[in-house]
Amino acid sequence: MSLLTFIFTLLFYAATATIVAGLAFKIRLYAITPTPLRIPTTPAPTSLSGVIARLFFEVTLFNSLFKANKWIWLFGWLFHAALLFVLLRHLRYFTDPVWGWVDTIQPYGKYGAFIMVFGLGGLWARRFLVDRIRFISSPSDHLMLALLVGIGLTGIGVKFVTGTDIVAVKAFFLGLIYFDWQPMPSDWLLSFHLVLVALLMIIFPFSKLLHAPGLFFSPTLNQIDNPREKRHTSSKSASSDNRG
Amino acid sequence: MIDFETPVLKEYPIIPLIQPGAMAHSKPYVAKQDLQEKIGFPGELIDDWQEVAIKKMGELVSKSRALMVFLDTCVKCGACTDKCHYFLGTADPYNMPVARQDLFRDVYRRYFTFAGKHFPKLVGAKDLDKDMLDLWYSYFHQCSQCRRCSVYCPFGIDTAEISMAAREILNTIGVGQKYCNEIIGKAQTIGNNLGLPEPALADTLEGLEEDIEEETGVKVRLPLDEKNADILLVTPSADFFAEPHVDGLIGYAKVFHAAGLSWTLSSHASEASNFGLFIGSYDNMQKISMRIRDAALELGVKRIVFGECGHAWRVAYNFLNTLAGPFDFLDQNYPIPQNISEVTYDLIQRNALTLDKSANDDKVLTFHDSCNVARGSRMGDVAGGQFIIPREIIKATCNHFYDMADDTIKEATFCCGGGGGLLTDDLVELRVKGALPRMEALKQVVDNHGVTHMVAICAICKSQFSKVMPYYGFEMDQVISLHQLVGNAIVLNRSE
Repeated sequence: MSLLTFIFTLLFYAATATIVAGLAFKIRLYAITPTPLRIPTTPAPTSLSGVIARLFFEVTLFNSLFKANKWIWLFGWLFHAALLFVLLRHLRYFTDPVWGWVDTIQPYGKYGAFIMVFGLGGLWARRFLVDRIRFISSPSDHLMLALLVGIGLTGIGVKFVTGTDIVAVKAFFLGLIYFDWQPMPSDWLLSFHLVLVALLMIIFPFSKLLHAPGLFFSPTLNQIDNPREKRHTSSKSASSDNRG
Repeated sequence: MIDFETPVLKEYPIIPLIQPGAMAHSKPYVAKQDLQEKIGFPGELIDDWQEVAIKKMGELVSKSRALMVFLDTCVKCGACTDKCHYFLGTADPYNMPVARQDLFRDVYRRYFTFAGKHFPKLVGAKDLDKDMLDLWYSYFHQCSQCRRCSVYCPFGIDTAEISMAAREILNTIGVGQKYCNEIIGKAQTIGNNLGLPEPALADTLEGLEEDIEEETGVKVRLPLDEKNADILLVTPSADFFAEPHVDGLIGYAKVFHAAGLSWTLSSHASEASNFGLFIGSYDNMQKISMRIRDAALELGVKRIVFGECGHAWRVAYNFLNTLAGPFDFLDQNYPIPQNISEVTYDLIQRNALTLDKSANDDKVLTFHDSCNVARGSRMGDVAGGQFIIPREIIKATCNHFYDMADDTIKEATFCCGGGGGLLTDDLVELRVKGALPRMEALKQVVDNHGVTHMVAICAICKSQFSKVMPYYGFEMDQVISLHQLVGNAIVLNRSE
């Protein structure tokens, strides 16, 4: 096993372990933390099906963001939708045989990276151009965008500019999954792309990327508006050492 | 008092360029030792305040999923940055919701997260030092907890939750706000925010009965502590004497009278308002809520009805059942608790009231959705009922009604500028500037439709607008109670 293969094998096991364990820890923590009081925010649904619909449209269409700011919505939604396409397309490198629908989206998914980078560019530009957003941006906000843009650009490079031995890449990742380790192809741009991806996986549970699971646990969005019909209690809400 | 300039009302609302430090001087008076100790907090800044504050922060986050998720999930997208009325009125960047939250979040990250402990500069994590404490005191008292930002946040992050937690931490280390804490003390010992004792209250109500009889020739009662009445009315104490609040109280009395409902006020729970909410104190909020339960049991009533008040209704609608319930001793055929507007609306629906709209023909009306009713609670049995019911009551009691611009009403309504425990003279600059977005929207309907009066359903809104409207060239009496309209229009049967 070459040093490169050794390093990338370890890196991806470490990254996967970090994101899985980190998210599991965080999600468990969110789930067990009490909600002392009912605090849904308007427009609050009065039934469980209403709450499910609310979260569904928040996740798929970014409803609230659309109400708030059309530019952020446009760039943010394009980025996320394109990212989803790109991720789904990448499934072909982790499955054998490749599922039919993954093949179907391949021709469109390929170009998703361009839209992704465009959306990110718009979001990043706002961090410089809009004085309010400049004020609230810290170095990590810029670095996060740099990381994602980096992933997008190196991905585009590998796919459309330099090309790579994709059969070998797939063999490497299938090897990781089945613990039958295969050599990692020596390609500096691909290596760079993969290092950035691993980095993103590692920082995911420690950063604002937690907005992905967090959204589902937001009491303002996921609570049902029926406090008069159903008395809200959390495990500790009745004790006096609690708060709202 | 600091001199300041009242913002100019523009034709169209404009998002201002940020002016760092514009409101850094705004700080409410600090509560003195006796006020603090009365409600269970240290009398002054304690020696090991930093340690205690951090510990309290950890405790609060571990007990509130909302706080925990809100601190983790913000991506700094900027959607909320132009949504706060205090930002629009002052241009101070710390009045952008996300920046206000970050005063808390940056400290949280410094002491509780991996990134903040090891790479504070990278993620903008900050120490809780004296400067940060001053920023906290200043800017967490520039949030009226109106939740407008939460409507626009893609993750539903509610700055109100964070400002409540910050105020609770401040109180825990001995830095309380005079206005809120004085009121909480009075509500717990005397029974209302104004410190109005039972004899004075009885006197006031008697005077009002005489006024009504003089004006209408009908004996309309305002009963106090009447055992076995059907309804306990809990209303903000401002309704007992402040203008235009008292006209609302007269309206409620006329509604009960006309519908033949038996009701009473309580001297023990002579306050709907619950300032425990504003300082994020579950304990204090619960103590004040328990007085209402106690009064209901003591008087043997079957229903609890709340008068016109925004945050009081939020606490009543969303929290009362949790804090002081279950209310299995009340009549389960009615919502518990009920809002006076729900009562009036039901009566109108059933044609149980005779209303003469022409009694309000001297007015052209618009309606200010109170923030805590609009975004912290509901009325009626359908989503959005809190927007429908007051408007239907207005339309049933007057002939001329025009809504303000869509992005300033209903779920998008602007706070009056005085909510969240900021309705105090030491914050008058903040209050005037914070009213700007509402004043601009009002001016539009005044210019376009000849609107003469703005209807409100919250005691704080009414007091705040009476105070700040003259700064913008309006008259202080251009804000009126919803039930003043009802009181004017209602036709009482003289033969009774």
